[in-house]
Amino acid sequence: MSGPTPALPQRIALLGNPNCGKTALFNLLTGSRQKVANYAGVTVERKEGVMRTASGRRIQVLDLPGAYSLNALSTDEAVTRDVITGHSPEALPDLLVCVADATNLRLHLRLVLEARQLGLPLVVALNKMDRARQLGITIDKALLARELNVPVVETVSVHAHGADALRAMLDEPLREAPPAHWKPPGVEQVLATQRDVLGIFNRTVTSPSTDKDPSIRIDRFLMHPVWGFAVLALVLFVTFLAVFSGGDVLSGWIEDAFGAIAGVVEANMADGLLRGLIVEGVIGGVGGVIVFLPQILILFLFILALEASGYLPRAAFLLDRPMSAAGLSGRSFIPLLSSFACAIPGIMATRTIANWRDRLTTILIAPLMACSARIPVYTLIVAALFPDDAVAAALVMVGLYVLGIVAAMTVAWFIKRSDKHAARSPLMMELPAYQWPDLRSLVIGLWERAMIFLRRVGTIILALTIIMWALYTVPSPRDNDRSLAGELGHALHYVFKPIGFNEQISFALVPGMAAREVVVSALGTAYSMDGDEGDVDEQLRERIEREWPLATKLSLLLWMVFAPQCLSTFVVVKRETGSWKQMWIMGGYLFGLAYLASLITYQLTTFLTAP
Amino acid sequence: MEANTERIITLDLLPETGWATVAGVTVPIEPADRNLVLRLMELGFVPGERVHVVREGRPGHDPLAVRLGHTTFALRRREAAFIQVIPAA
Repeated sequence: MSGPTPALPQRIALLGNPNCGKTALFNLLTGSRQKVANYAGVTVERKEGVMRTASGRRIQVLDLPGAYSLNALSTDEAVTRDVITGHSPEALPDLLVCVADATNLRLHLRLVLEARQLGLPLVVALNKMDRARQLGITIDKALLARELNVPVVETVSVHAHGADALRAMLDEPLREAPPAHWKPPGVEQVLATQRDVLGIFNRTVTSPSTDKDPSIRIDRFLMHPVWGFAVLALVLFVTFLAVFSGGDVLSGWIEDAFGAIAGVVEANMADGLLRGLIVEGVIGGVGGVIVFLPQILILFLFILALEASGYLPRAAFLLDRPMSAAGLSGRSFIPLLSSFACAIPGIMATRTIANWRDRLTTILIAPLMACSARIPVYTLIVAALFPDDAVAAALVMVGLYVLGIVAAMTVAWFIKRSDKHAARSPLMMELPAYQWPDLRSLVIGLWERAMIFLRRVGTIILALTIIMWALYTVPSPRDNDRSLAGELGHALHYVFKPIGFNEQISFALVPGMAAREVVVSALGTAYSMDGDEGDVDEQLRERIEREWPLATKLSLLLWMVFAPQCLSTFVVVKRETGSWKQMWIMGGYLFGLAYLASLITYQLTTFLTAP
Repeated sequence: MEANTERIITLDLLPETGWATVAGVTVPIEPADRNLVLRLMELGFVPGERVHVVREGRPGHDPLAVRLGHTTFALRRREAAFIQVIPAA
């Protein structure tokens, strides 16, 4: 290790407790130069980026998953432990930057002491120093560096220049660390480390005698048995109001933009197959799906902001007991809330649930949350059910959302009951101090979500709309009056007849099985409607109102609540569970529920409305 | 005032808004519970620390929001029962 000149760090890793502001610091250091992937063999997010030191050198930064301890309890913590103890395929970093929350050193110093035993060069970043000063906490940095025998720098990850001291530190040659070997500690060792932590803490940190942190007072209100739930209901109400009203405005702009593009293409291309493909297939199909982007992003903006502010963990606390009745814990709340935008990021968010059975249950029920892709089908049919009664329509919409939630809780309850070896899952969750969300991290978080969605639109949905267009355009070999699609719809009609679906619905469900976003445009195609999107929706609503019996409308609504019509969800369930079996269980039970619910609804409604 | 061993209770029995000092921690033999308790100790639930029950969940007074130093943790009653405390007079 001892070369002629001491080396400069080339590859650093950020280590820290959850909620230490590590990811905000990573975002500050790397900006948009990030690569997000998974660690080999596990579904733990691996974030790496490139940063510049004070002298302008470019070095690699790895943002390790947050860990309270190297004595890992979750997959995230195990990955962190394995990377920094050299037990993973990852190369060891040259330097560990241990990020510690300056407002909470009593908790965060312990990981620093643990990291010191690893034999890797170490720097301590005292993060949130601005907040610590506001709270009247003073830290003797020089003494802390001497006590720990490692360099200590201050950082403020929410200020543009908040990492300057760290950037300068990274131009200094690596100090050699005493070689060491990490072993999982026992009870005595944990107690001894805590005594050391307390000693260092008492010598270096002065806190005001009265706790200036308003978190306790805010918590007394936000977790109040009555007011807490009232605030939660209000927060959810405002969130969904913003999704629907704000989303509508922005979606209108996107519709107009795509309409304009289609107009330009139509004006400049000769009529023919290719123009049809581009205008109806590509622009119509993709445009019809991209209009959900605002709704998804508004919901994620609320979720990310509420999470960063510290509120969502409190909501999870409030809901822990009610959700445990269904065999879940409060930890499932955030993934399920995300699933109202889209089940895919929701299922990915289950990674924070340490208990495997809880995580699997949450994954299996996440597709029952009414994702944004269901909104257009719901809107279309509900509008056809109640053309003149907006209040009734709104109530039925809310009812469809509630039905999904009730179904999810019931399924979770059955899964819990069927598993006799279910281990008790611990909650043990930190309720971090309230803070203002960091704007940069919000933007990066939204960007990541938007990319997941747009990638899907560019691949699966684009392919589907082209296939759908082709099926509709190519005539059937048997009967020239019919397209291939008509033939397919006719065949599927036998399967869907008992639940009241006509040939057009059966046809629309062919591409709709892979992505429910395309159901409405596929119905438009099946009824051979032309014109821009608004016109098609209006014509479609009138035809449905006129031609479909009540039983069929209700049956399709119920079908949309349950049916797992999303190829990407299947893919992500397979990837997150690592199991084809779980994927088929999810698909199977949802199809079963959908068919059963639609069958009962259709037959019962037909019977009751029979003349 | 000397700690009176008769006043020791487990944390789950500390009433809402109550303050106490950690007196000890039960380390179970069963591996999952042992790891859980080790983690509680690593989070700072060690003898001498002051704890405060901020809120209890409803219904069933479960889970507990426990303030420890500058951090608040949500613990189920079952988890809190591994921690012994002396309630503040």
